[in-house]
Amino acid sequence: MVIDLAQFALYALLVTTTAIALGAWMDIVLARPRTDHPVFARVDGVLCRSAGIDPAAEQNWLQYAAAVLAFNLAGALVLYAILLTQAAHPFNPQHLPGLSPWLAFNTAISFMTNTNWQAYGGETTLSYFSQMAGLTVQNFVSAATGIAVGVAVIRGFARRETKTIGNFWVDLVRATVWILLPLAIVVGLALVALGVPQNLMPYTSAETLSGGVQTIAQGPAAAQIAIKQLGTNGGGFWNANSAHPFENPSALTNLIEMWAILALPAAFCFLYGRMVRDRRQGRAIFAAMAIVWAVGLGVTYAAETVGNPLIADVVAGAPANMEGKDARFGIASSALWAVSTTAASNGSVNAMHDSFTPIGSLMPLVNILTGEVIFGGVGAGFYGMLSYVVLAVFIAGLMVGRTPEYLGKKIETKEVKLALLAFFAMPVGILGGGALAAIVPQAVAAVQDPGPHGLTEILYAYASATGNNGSAFAGFGAGSPWHTTAQGLCMMLGRFAYIIPMLAIAGALAEKRTFAPSAGTFPTHGPIFVGLLVAVILVLGGLTFFPALALGPLAEQFAMAAGTTFAVH
Amino acid sequence: MTKHPPLAGPGLFDPALLSHAARDAVLKLDPRRLAKSPVIFVTAIIALLASVYAAFGIGDAPAPLIVQIAAWLWATVLFANFAEAMAEGRGKARADSLRATQAETMAKRLAHPGAPPEPVSSRSLHKGDLVRIDAGDTIPADGEVVEGVASVDESAITGESAPVIREEGGDRSAVTGGTRVVSDHLVVRVTQAPGEGFLDRMIALVEGADRRKTPNEVALSLLLTGLTIIFVLVVVTLEPFAIFSGETIPTAYLLALFVTLIPTTIGGLLSAIGIAGMDRLVKENVIAKSGRAVEAAGDVDTLLIDKTGTITYGARQAETFYPAEGVEIETLIRAARLASLGDETAEGKSIVALAERMGMRGDADRIGTLVPFTAETRLSGIDLADGRLRKGATDAIARWLAADGGALPDDVRDDVERIARAGGTPLVVAQDRRALGTIYLKDVVKPGIKARFAELRAAGVRTVMITGDNPLTAAAIAAEAGVDDYVAEATPEKKLDYIRATQADGHLIAMCGDGSNDAPALAQADVGVAMNDGTPAAKEAANLIDLDSDPTKLMRVVEVGKGLLISRGALTTFSLANDVAKYFAIIPALFLAAYPQLQALNIMRLGSPGSAILSAVIFNAVVIVVLIPLALKGVAYRPMSAAALLRRNLLIYGLGGLLVPFVGIKLIDMAVTALGLA
Repeated sequence: MVIDLAQFALYALLVTTTAIALGAWMDIVLARPRTDHPVFARVDGVLCRSAGIDPAAEQNWLQYAAAVLAFNLAGALVLYAILLTQAAHPFNPQHLPGLSPWLAFNTAISFMTNTNWQAYGGETTLSYFSQMAGLTVQNFVSAATGIAVGVAVIRGFARRETKTIGNFWVDLVRATVWILLPLAIVVGLALVALGVPQNLMPYTSAETLSGGVQTIAQGPAAAQIAIKQLGTNGGGFWNANSAHPFENPSALTNLIEMWAILALPAAFCFLYGRMVRDRRQGRAIFAAMAIVWAVGLGVTYAAETVGNPLIADVVAGAPANMEGKDARFGIASSALWAVSTTAASNGSVNAMHDSFTPIGSLMPLVNILTGEVIFGGVGAGFYGMLSYVVLAVFIAGLMVGRTPEYLGKKIETKEVKLALLAFFAMPVGILGGGALAAIVPQAVAAVQDPGPHGLTEILYAYASATGNNGSAFAGFGAGSPWHTTAQGLCMMLGRFAYIIPMLAIAGALAEKRTFAPSAGTFPTHGPIFVGLLVAVILVLGGLTFFPALALGPLAEQFAMAAGTTFAVH
Repeated sequence: MTKHPPLAGPGLFDPALLSHAARDAVLKLDPRRLAKSPVIFVTAIIALLASVYAAFGIGDAPAPLIVQIAAWLWATVLFANFAEAMAEGRGKARADSLRATQAETMAKRLAHPGAPPEPVSSRSLHKGDLVRIDAGDTIPADGEVVEGVASVDESAITGESAPVIREEGGDRSAVTGGTRVVSDHLVVRVTQAPGEGFLDRMIALVEGADRRKTPNEVALSLLLTGLTIIFVLVVVTLEPFAIFSGETIPTAYLLALFVTLIPTTIGGLLSAIGIAGMDRLVKENVIAKSGRAVEAAGDVDTLLIDKTGTITYGARQAETFYPAEGVEIETLIRAARLASLGDETAEGKSIVALAERMGMRGDADRIGTLVPFTAETRLSGIDLADGRLRKGATDAIARWLAADGGALPDDVRDDVERIARAGGTPLVVAQDRRALGTIYLKDVVKPGIKARFAELRAAGVRTVMITGDNPLTAAAIAAEAGVDDYVAEATPEKKLDYIRATQADGHLIAMCGDGSNDAPALAQADVGVAMNDGTPAAKEAANLIDLDSDPTKLMRVVEVGKGLLISRGALTTFSLANDVAKYFAIIPALFLAAYPQLQALNIMRLGSPGSAILSAVIFNAVVIVVLIPLALKGVAYRPMSAAALLRRNLLIYGLGGLLVPFVGIKLIDMAVTALGLA
């Protein structure tokens, strides 16, 4: 128990300190680039000019959004083509065939939107070429897209009386070259050093002690794992994701990979504080995120430690819920990973969320349902959080007797409308997609369990897709045409129904004049605001999803407590 | 300034008002009128649906329960209508008392200046018409004096009983329809046709007939509509989830859940809050030309305040005498008193009074010729047998002395400067060619004004004093009154420049003014309050008009604006927080069959599923009625920092909104169960 808590504290400390440093670094390379620095100027100049980009030319929000959409559409098409024609490409020692159009569509959307939902198992479906040239590329650029949009949105909040919010192409290049690549190289090399495979060899066939034959999958894994963790992608090289001993061989790799989940999303808070020239604003948002994260961790850890009372007498040893967990990681590391990977829209797992207790799985689900704003995806989590900030400021800001304002800018009809539009994405995708999945026969067939657990499986799958999380709850056959298509649509909804309104808000705010703060100004940096923001996230999220959650994890938990179980069909 | 008693408005429980509002609430069921409030419109549709279910006995819920749910859903709509009708009713009553001043009169129209007057109805006048008004006539419309000087009784509007002078040209040329000429006659050019004057505009605003939503109100309605859409999604998708869980929910229950979730409380009270805000302003005798102006008043963070009359009393008081070198103080005091006998202004009288307090009496028998104070000489005095005594402003005395070859000695000049630096006004007393000394006239800062400014500062509102005084005097008075900044030797141009510069720094400014030369500044300020006795130009440029012509009103206007915004925010927060308890009431009730274990969520221990749902619906309807007084009176605003205000209101309306319905629903459930209603 004490060791577990120490581990949580160490993790929080590690993430916070590095996030502060990374925030400062991102400010230097993205917000206020030292274009006069010879190295920077050279790299920037070569990369931008060779692509015909003028680093000084800025875009308004519409042009920025158009560039984001064009780039992502092109990326998805390329990936779709690679996956369909997999058999024709090199680096395919297992001679894996091309993917079905359904699966290729789902996977292309999934990696383009930074969701990295996998309706397939990596080692049995994808060639090394598809993994490297297809998925890893999108791992980088989808994360860089998130960073770019995040920075552009922050510019809108920070700037005044201007129309432009940066240049997408420049932000994309700088985010990739100066942030993602260096970090991925360091983390990748560290993982290789710690035993994660990085080769192009065919799978090894080994004879086990019991005489059976085991195929040992391998490949260029370390490079992809590094970026899947850093870029809140989360798509595993192998099916078991970071529960696989090659993806995550030791306690140290586990710590590094967990750190990489939250490092960049958390850094965005501090980047924000620097960009709006009031670090307290960034700290307040960081605090709100950290509070929800910590509460989620506490509840999941407690629930898993208490375990399932119904099997306490059946299973020998501690009553803690070890089902679906790797004995190497135990309760604490599994809970910590589960809560962090769902808080950030990472989606990699080192334990099976399906096997968590109902309340233990409720917190990861709630993290996703809030719209992936508890740190969230790189960049994406932060601009998602800003939509809540706009709503919180608008709802409660009137109570100080002034037109609601944030960072000196008045929050008016346009901003409220756009923030609401962004807020619609999660309910439409999860409740809409989930409701169809609950009654359409060919969709229901994919659900493994009856009763409340089955509903949780549906909710989790659609939350994971719409929230661009990508973690799988399991117990859900995602490969059918119905689900690959519906989830592909949900992933796009969750990505672009946030990006477009948030860029529009940035455009609207950038044009506004700023009013000077005074004692009469709604304070958005103190504990009251942090509390308000947390309350708004939980109340708005709660009001939207409480009925569904009541029929899922809550009903299951109360039933479990009452000794009721639900038989498989 | 005599304060006009607030315009009559009925109390909250005035029976006539209540019965009128009840009738209006039914009339407002007209779909075209309901559509103005989307949330209530949706509620009415749901009520209609529930009624159809009840009438045809559709659905698997007990019929009596469906009937009751439908009835309470209609009640929700009616209560919301009633709230709006109450606000309008109170506004109408006040508007009627305003309108009494606007009764139809006969006017004497002139085809051209000098033409014989032609009698017409005041209602047939147009903008630009010339009318002649004789003593005893009521002025038929707002206008500007183009000929003549007359005293006008404006008590009908301002409550000020003493007649005021209105004359052509200058700052006293505006006349208001409904006021009465007491003496002499005027020729007036109509500037607002009857029915379009400021009063008419205000009447339309408080009556709600011509009420357009303010920007902030539009944004808030949008938020409420957005939340309603989300709850449509929540409730519509609940049935598939229930089916998956092996249960179907009776449609009537889903309708009930939906209405309790959507923000009916704030949706129902929103327009009442807006109307009541305008109404509160009218109660302060301030006319708003738009609802937007009231909201802007809440946002203001800088007040430009005229020194005289607001910060200090209009008249200055003599404080001390400073004799020149070699002059006995008694000589100075005697001379000052005698020289002031011809000065009938409050300042002159205060010099005489001070001299007498200091024991200087019995000189009244001195025979001489009084020289009265005039604006040209700016001197008063007395010519005695043994010499001429004068007192006046430093430069005026210096000129007077110079005419006879005299000059001000340096020590008198030093005293003059010292007095000015201390915030006083120096007057110099001279006899023949010799300066006897100076009188220190003190600007008396109103008691309590410093505390008032400190309050405003704590609430984030800066005060800026505008004065014609020199910078030395201005600085001293500014320090004494505790304003944040001052503009000395203010001219209209200087005021305008100051406003522009301050706005460029990101501040929102309110000011009041009356003269024509104030008009550009009034127009430039974010909130401009024109005095009712000001010129038409000033009134046109301003967005608020103070019928009492009381410059201190600016501070009240800001408070009314803030109160309006706070009421809106507080009820929105309350309304949203309410939903949590409603979930805890309804969700366990809905899924009793599928998951009896969910009764663990029934923390209120409500009697039965039917009673739980009915109680939530009843609470949702009744809470609107309970909150009507709050919506109409507005949440009280006391100046304090935004952080303190937010903490306080979040505690009351946020936490309160979370907890109150748990108690309310439980109580209603006990009653419902006891009466056997469900």
